[in-house]
Amino acid sequence: MKIERTIKYEADRVKGFGDEVSSVPGCEKLQACIQCGTCSGVCPLSIYMDYSPRQVMAMVRSDFKNEVLTSHTVWLCASCYQCTVDCPREIRITDIMYELKQRALQEGIYPKKFSIPVLAKEFYKMVYRYGRVSENLLAMTMFLKSSPLEALKMWRLGLGLILRGRFPLTLEKIKRRDELGRMMKVVDQVKINKLHDELKQARQHVAARSQA
Amino acid sequence: MTTKYSYFPGCSLKGIGRAYEESLLPVLRALDVELEELEDWNCCGATAYMAIDEVKACVLASRNLAMAEKLGHKELVAPCSACYLVLNKTKHYLQDSPAVRGVIEKALAEVNMTYSGNTPVRHPLDVMIHSIGLDAIKQRVKRPLTGLKVAPYYGCQIVRPYSTFDDQYNPTTMDRLLEAIGCTIVHFPLKTRCCGASLTGTLPEPGLLCARDILAEAITRGADLIATVCPLCQFNLDGYHDKIAKKWGPHRIPTVYFTQLMGLAFGLGERELGLHRGFVPMQPLPAPVPVGVGV
Repeated sequence: MKIERTIKYEADRVKGFGDEVSSVPGCEKLQACIQCGTCSGVCPLSIYMDYSPRQVMAMVRSDFKNEVLTSHTVWLCASCYQCTVDCPREIRITDIMYELKQRALQEGIYPKKFSIPVLAKEFYKMVYRYGRVSENLLAMTMFLKSSPLEALKMWRLGLGLILRGRFPLTLEKIKRRDELGRMMKVVDQVKINKLHDELKQARQHVAARSQA
Repeated sequence: MTTKYSYFPGCSLKGIGRAYEESLLPVLRALDVELEELEDWNCCGATAYMAIDEVKACVLASRNLAMAEKLGHKELVAPCSACYLVLNKTKHYLQDSPAVRGVIEKALAEVNMTYSGNTPVRHPLDVMIHSIGLDAIKQRVKRPLTGLKVAPYYGCQIVRPYSTFDDQYNPTTMDRLLEAIGCTIVHFPLKTRCCGASLTGTLPEPGLLCARDILAEAITRGADLIATVCPLCQFNLDGYHDKIAKKWGPHRIPTVYFTQLMGLAFGLGERELGLHRGFVPMQPLPAPVPVGVGV
């Protein structure tokens, strides 16, 4: 049994995290949360979450970055958008969950060996490479990379799909694959430029302060 | 006169959801609607891409939108709920966020494409009810599915977060459509509840419970089968009966695409409509019409 502190300390906060998340397009209304718990009540998966969606909203807003990004909650969100539609403050909770998933992946602090982030990453790679998804190959790759034993348990389903002609053995791909690669590079470049700008600003700020 | 739409099938309709395409195309053809598949379409990005990079997901989708606009048909039809949502969401981002629009336009320009934002993205259910109309559909019915009790299951992303053509809490387009071809609709409060999405594969316990709840509800309501509009919903409700039975006891009830039911009512063959691809087979129709009618 692992005994852990259940109360959060002020020092656990990563200042600025909440503001950063609320500045992303789609996440702006986070600050308007009234903690009513409608999101947790309507979520079909909240019964399995370590923090309920309501708690996640409060924690993001209060800068508890590490707790949120390592939680299972963001990965359990199946994107059904029930909370987003029902939120009385019109907070796009599903989009905030997406934003948190992205940050967890970028920082590499998602729960390890957890198959959901593995699926997201493999999906991304497959689309980047081929332009389309061959579902069965994707599922197999995911199982091999997260839990090979689980893959063995899926043999029945796989066989059933083959027998019903729903398991194409060819790899789906688009013709003009270079186009996608070039388009994605443009997005990367925009992000790199933005980071450069931020770095420049930070440097100027430091320089200005040291002069003063 | 034949009406033409651009068509974005999405990856599932070429794989696990083949039966959806197999039934959709002939049914629309019978209604004088032709779908022209986008040449070299790419994956919409689905929910997984949004988890990696939202802007990239929009760029991915915008390539398809640009190709649809170039093809020249007025509207784009996307039968898979995930594709339907991602394409529509991208349109919303283009409209609402100048920052995202800037990046998308830049990325499209890189490959000599443009998108002005004009091509509406529509679901076949929407096209059938609001463009073709129930009267035209009724006229095509050769074998009404009288006596067949159906639980209409819409799933999530077709009505959420945007309510584009139906009510978000109690959608009725599929109810009305299936009633028009003779089905009896059972009261089904879980119409728009989550099917478990990709969790059924990644985390069986929470994912399969979502699917189980829907199956159990349909059985309790006395339905003969569940009708769906999305390849992932169909797969989750149809493909995991073994595992569900192991955990919670048997919940056997067939799940078919609404287009398969329409095809049957139009007199098309079961194989032609891909009905043999389901794991839980649909029972023979309860009230066969005398021979001499139909194809």
